[in-house]
Amino acid sequence: MTLAPMTFASMTFALALEIVLAAVVLTGAVWAIAARGTLPAVAGFVAYGLLLSLVWVRLGAPDVALTEAAIGSGLTGALLVGAAARLRLSEVPMAVERPGVILRVLAAVLSVTVAAALAASVLLLPDPAPTLAPAAAENAAATSLGNPVTNVLMAFRAMDTLLEKIVLLLALIGVWSLAPDRFWGGRPGPRHHADPYGVLAFVARVLPPVGIIVGIYILWTSADNPGGAFQGGTILAAMWLLVMMAGLADAPPVSERRLRLLLLVGPVVFLIVGLGGLAFGDAFLAYPMAYAKALILVIEFAMILTIAVTLGLLIAGPPERELGS
Amino acid sequence: MSFVLDIVTITAVSAGAFFFLAGTVGLLRFPDTLTRLHALTKADNLGLGLMVLGLLPHAGSLRDGIKLICVWLIVLLAGATVSQLIGYVARREGSRP
Amino acid sequence: MTEFLTAALGFILAILAVGLVRILRGPGDADRMMAAQLIGTSGIAALLLLGTVSGVPAAVDVAMTLALLAAFTSIAFVKKGTARFETDAPGSTEAE
Repeated sequence: MTLAPMTFASMTFALALEIVLAAVVLTGAVWAIAARGTLPAVAGFVAYGLLLSLVWVRLGAPDVALTEAAIGSGLTGALLVGAAARLRLSEVPMAVERPGVILRVLAAVLSVTVAAALAASVLLLPDPAPTLAPAAAENAAATSLGNPVTNVLMAFRAMDTLLEKIVLLLALIGVWSLAPDRFWGGRPGPRHHADPYGVLAFVARVLPPVGIIVGIYILWTSADNPGGAFQGGTILAAMWLLVMMAGLADAPPVSERRLRLLLLVGPVVFLIVGLGGLAFGDAFLAYPMAYAKALILVIEFAMILTIAVTLGLLIAGPPERELGS
Repeated sequence: MSFVLDIVTITAVSAGAFFFLAGTVGLLRFPDTLTRLHALTKADNLGLGLMVLGLLPHAGSLRDGIKLICVWLIVLLAGATVSQLIGYVARREGSRP
Repeated sequence: MTEFLTAALGFILAILAVGLVRILRGPGDADRMMAAQLIGTSGIAALLLLGTVSGVPAAVDVAMTLALLAAFTSIAFVKKGTARFETDAPGSTEAE
């Protein structure tokens, strides 16, 4: 839809909208900090993430909005709830050790100072701000992809994306290492049970197929529209976790071979394509221009599997049941 | 034609906003948890549905329009489920001393 | 039209803020969950309106993602990490 030419009325409306949006975001932030009790605070955090994705859409960055809505708000919220549940036993002794008022005021002053410094440095940027965006736009023909964000992620800075995926795996190994020795290699989390004819089982049967289609769609459309493997993978992970939470499927043991192959397929395919660029092309991760789009799609399809499984396992936590139980 | 579509948009979005308001007022003022839940689901189903209806004429293409309707359907399904779960939690709370 | 939609968007944001306050106050878990549901749905409505007002068609994709993840997060909240989710609906096959 094309916007009508900006009149004075619409400019005032736009300004009022942005003020209201900013005010609600600040309310959400203050609220998330002020809430007593872990669960209301996490709910505030999730709401704050939703408001942030509104801000990103307003700023014209739908790819970031997708990531914020999926990971920053949804998945992280579930992670925090799980963490709060694990900490429930130690909440009472921890409340006794809560830092005093002076320390909290100092922490608040420090946070506000850092935020003010960031705001000042952004507002004092020279106009126009130094940016690589025009250079990236000029070279978009290198991959014949329509979405400039995908261009940057998968072509110009593909090395960073590859390293990020490996960092994700390292994080997962870190989470697994928290398990006591006797549980190593076992299944994460408790065995969930729910009434197979109940509401939870119903939604866990109906929603995941929709979620899988949407997740793959977000990946497929990332070539020319906002989207990406990461956002799509997050949706797939959420659907998998939903099925596990409803007890329709049990978490696989982390030592299972098929699981580990899925965890590796993304970075390995990425590496192979990269080394192919070294052997047959100019440099590591250089794509021949004729095949750039196809190669990128192959990498992304491999990556979405790894991301979905990795994020799901990260939320599921360290193994809590012995192998063979 | 475009004038008619504009009227449809304005009517539908206003009606949707009204149902959102009704749902919120109900959430705040109704005496009982279950009646509040009833008010809330009106915002979900009717409020969002009417808004989607109002935004359909402005969708860029058929695909965008289908996506709009899908959003509404997903929210319907999820809202129905969560309402049942809220009812369960409300009952569990009510039976606690 | 844009002005009207912007006004509707501001209205929805105000409702969202009310939902936030409700979560802070609302006695009991059920009220908090209801406020969370209201925030989710009004957030999606706000996203759809904002996408049309700001000319970002991908906002619908963000709304779809949000709808799915909101369902998932609500259920995660209800389960709160507990393994067994009892329902005593009539005809339930699960013994408490």
